[in-house]
Amino acid sequence: MEILIYGLVNSLKLILIAFGFTLVYGISRLPNFAHGAIFVFTGFIAWIMIHTLGLPYIPAALLSLLSAALVGVIIYQFILKRIRGMNMNEIIATYAIGVALIETFRWLGFKGTSFTLPVLVEGMTFIGDVPIDYQRIMVVVIGIAMLVMTWAFTKFTKTGLALRGIAQDERAAMMLGIDSDMTGTIAMALGSAMSGLAALVLFPLGSIVVEAGYNTLIFALAVCMVGGIGSWSGTIIASFVLGFAQIITVTYFATHFQMVVTLAAIILTLIIKPSGIFGKHKELEERV
Amino acid sequence: MKTGMRKERIDRGIKVRSEGIYALSSWQELSYLLAPRMLLIIGLLAAPLVLFFFPYWQKVLLIICIFSLLSMSFDFLANYVGLVCLGGAFFVGVGGYGAALLNKFLHLPPLLSIPAAALGGALFCTLSLLPCLPLRGVYFAIITLMYPLMMTRIIEAFELFGGTNGLMDIAGFANPWVEQYFLVIATLVFLFALRRLAVEDIGLVIKGVKDNDQSVRASGINITTVKAKAIFLASFLGCFAGAYLAHIYMWAGLSMFALDFSIIPIAATVIGGGGSLLGAVIGSILLVPLSEALRAFGPLRIVFYSLILTVVIVVKGEGLLSYLARKYYQFERWINI
Repeated sequence: MEILIYGLVNSLKLILIAFGFTLVYGISRLPNFAHGAIFVFTGFIAWIMIHTLGLPYIPAALLSLLSAALVGVIIYQFILKRIRGMNMNEIIATYAIGVALIETFRWLGFKGTSFTLPVLVEGMTFIGDVPIDYQRIMVVVIGIAMLVMTWAFTKFTKTGLALRGIAQDERAAMMLGIDSDMTGTIAMALGSAMSGLAALVLFPLGSIVVEAGYNTLIFALAVCMVGGIGSWSGTIIASFVLGFAQIITVTYFATHFQMVVTLAAIILTLIIKPSGIFGKHKELEERV
Repeated sequence: MKTGMRKERIDRGIKVRSEGIYALSSWQELSYLLAPRMLLIIGLLAAPLVLFFFPYWQKVLLIICIFSLLSMSFDFLANYVGLVCLGGAFFVGVGGYGAALLNKFLHLPPLLSIPAAALGGALFCTLSLLPCLPLRGVYFAIITLMYPLMMTRIIEAFELFGGTNGLMDIAGFANPWVEQYFLVIATLVFLFALRRLAVEDIGLVIKGVKDNDQSVRASGINITTVKAKAIFLASFLGCFAGAYLAHIYMWAGLSMFALDFSIIPIAATVIGGGGSLLGAVIGSILLVPLSEALRAFGPLRIVFYSLILTVVIVVKGEGLLSYLARKYYQFERWINI
């Protein structure tokens, strides 16, 4: 029972972390290696707004989400736009800018465990006989809400349909008058905001640490590798697989082994099916 | 009719002449060909002597050589084989731990443990990267980025090799001259050997894998084997550097898997100019002293590097080496059009 509940929470946590990355890659084929950096960035911005500027929680959260989206837009407009299509450079540049962001916070003195965000809802309850606090329930609720909203957005709005068009066939979509740069910007903004949302929901469970930037990137990449990069259903399935696998190892072994399990999952996936569970174009994907 | 001026670039006469048999016809042409190479070789060989009175900078020279090796390893993988490896620290860590273990438990002297660790480490790295070899581009970059991070987690989790404290009391070099010259000469040998390898048959095949792996496969060559060989070479360089570092610091620990060893070589390669191996060395010669000067700023160093790296990539700097080479081989003049 405990495994079931905490596995669910952990899986939704992974979905929150990974969905932004897979969204950007799925739409524009852009690997956003600054994903983890934006995660940490949002956390610290929210912390600064609440504790230094003294804003109430809701406006601070909204503003920090907005700033995360802004960082995404800036990264796209000033960096990715100019080097789009050069795979190697996209990776190196976004990775470098992410490292720069994370290490700037470290330099500014944001280290240690003294930085915490307030929880959305205080208190805890019991499901069956398992204690669970409301914030963890919020993770599940917000994770599912985000999935539903993304689904509705890409299904029913014009912008969302344009995004799907670019994702399916960029040239054909461009021929129909969809601006590829515009959708790229939107995708980056959305992906970054999702990473920011994950930060706002997940950081109250612990403290904001710089290292979370790298860990988040690893988890996001692991989920995407196992699920097949750019495949949304793959991301969800892989989140559940990895989420439960992690909780099971934590329960029966030790916390340290979480990462080892993740690595094992990736290597197994690579050996068995390199394009991931839901990787499309198998023949093509295996050579990318 | 509108007329305008345009800049034209032409090869210098001496370059054209010295490409053929005429190269041997005069001292002038011989020295034109040899000067750049000799500048590097003699410069590096003389550096330990010149820096004799500045022990601190002698250490910096060692670090320069270490990073040159790492940059060459990155450059070779990225620009010859087409595998972007974001995890140079993996090679360093494996080599470093390997040398430390050999020295601590088998009591091998540094001059034996370094080559042994380089070979063994290269084998280990190749084997662990073997499942990832069918991947290219983003996929390969992602997976290599994870390896060093995972290694630190595994060592922490299983409390291997002294856990978070690392392995201490590793033997240092008895003689500072041996320490310096062994590394400087090794760097030069690796540089020229790799450059030579790139124009041999196997180098041609390796470059073919980068440009069009399907046609290489169509010629009946197994590309995974070729890639594995290339990884072995690159990780040999990386492990060698790591093993050397362990003996310089007389310590091997988790920080050998640190980010610096991944990102600085990439920055050095991009700034020096990728694709020539020499550019990687020049980039390290520029960046490492800069890094030492910035040491007081702590984490800001990495911020600074990453920003330079991003700017250079975005404004499409061709790299210092290709700029210098162009100035050396060609001249410019204005012509009417």
